Amino acid sequence: MTTYRELLARTKTEISEVDARGAQALDGAAWIDIREQDEWQEGHLPGAVHVPRGNLESRIETTVPNKATPVILYCASGNRSAFAAKTLEELDYTNVHSLTGGFTDWKRNGLEIVMPRTLSPEKRTRYSRHLLIPEIGEAGQLKLLDSRILLIGAGGLGSPASLYLAAAGVGTLGIVDADIVDETNLQRQIAHSLETLGMPKVDSAKRALNALNPDVEVVTYRERLTSENIDRILDDGWDVIVDGADNFPTRYLVNDASVWRGIPVVHGSIYRFEGQVTVFKPHEGPCYRCLFPEPPPPELAPSCAEGGVLGVLPGMVGTLQTNEAIKLAAEIGEPLVGRLLLLDALATEFNEVRIERRTDCPVCGDHPTITEYIDYVEFCAR
Amino acid sequence: MSVVRVPPVLRAEAGGKREVEASGATVRELLEDLTARVPALGAKVYGAGVLQSFVNVYVDGEDVRTLRGLDTPVRDGSTVILLPAMAGGC
Repeated sequence: MTTYRELLARTKTEISEVDARGAQALDGAAWIDIREQDEWQEGHLPGAVHVPRGNLESRIETTVPNKATPVILYCASGNRSAFAAKTLEELDYTNVHSLTGGFTDWKRNGLEIVMPRTLSPEKRTRYSRHLLIPEIGEAGQLKLLDSRILLIGAGGLGSPASLYLAAAGVGTLGIVDADIVDETNLQRQIAHSLETLGMPKVDSAKRALNALNPDVEVVTYRERLTSENIDRILDDGWDVIVDGADNFPTRYLVNDASVWRGIPVVHGSIYRFEGQVTVFKPHEGPCYRCLFPEPPPPELAPSCAEGGVLGVLPGMVGTLQTNEAIKLAAEIGEPLVGRLLLLDALATEFNEVRIERRTDCPVCGDHPTITEYIDYVEFCAR
Repeated sequence: MSVVRVPPVLRAEAGGKREVEASGATVRELLEDLTARVPALGAKVYGAGVLQSFVNVYVDGEDVRTLRGLDTPVRDGSTVILLPAMAGGC
């Protein structure tokens, strides 16, 4: 009959144990903390990755893909990590060590520890479906909570975008819009309601977003974006801009400012049954002027108020924009950079065309000729 | 013969059609054939041997301006997209 003590003693003879100094001498080692969540939250070793003992076998190959990498395992005292080291050897890891004395001795000896940033229990519950996705997880959710996204327009595109960004836990949402909610908006602008008719759209949207997720700080700008106010608004610091403007002068203005400041813009535009979505990431891909050096003449650029729009279309395009904004904020996936997605809701057809940065682009090209704000209304009326 | 996708703002010029047919071995020939078949549409996007600067033309997903412009070859059965900017976020 083997007892726990006997098994532990035997296991320790079969694996490699190192002390703090020995572990620090192992170049390029992966430090794995195998303790439970509550222990991790009370502090961990610098640079360590948390893989609880119960998930070690299933997660280690994604955490440490190369089985020749030196691996240092630690727990509280060096016992659980001894068993864990044996397990990794069975998984053919060839350079595995258990830290003697574990976290307790490390801390007692006055070596550096890190207090992790973690989500509160309430946030763990709210964002649990994000936390379960490996590409997001706790680190990704913390990035979203830290991120600041500016929405141009709280109308058709801004409504679904702001609601889903708030639901996703984007920490700060800015909204720029000068309009008032009216009855014709309610066919598609789902952030507003009968109760907010007559209210400024930014206030109506803020009310809806606060009701959905009080974690989100909503910053409102009840004004029309112009060359005069854009610098003040962008000086508040934004990681991503979601462009749902309803006119060409604003689109070119947002483009120029975002290129000069290096802020990615998630572009969406709609008309009747058709939509266009792309991401303009300054200097990594094309900008709006690379795609459309000039707007169409006014008679070929009717607004939705003139030509109409299917109510659900801004929902489709606005949520595609939100997906891109979340990926940019969480730094995951392949954003729509250099690709223009075309959506035809009547045929239910998606097409994609390639777009390239123009070296002769007047704003983001190799020799820019536009380096300060121009008269955008005049430029678009030519 | 190629399929030419008509943007919504130009459908009135194409008798309401989402797509029309045109043929040509290059973009120039195709636009000239388009102008002969659907003069109102052709006149909006192409005139006097010049492509209007506000319209992007994609042949099988590639912008002809990044290829050989009006000399870009068009295959039989290619899809050609005419695309002006849309402003709406409404």
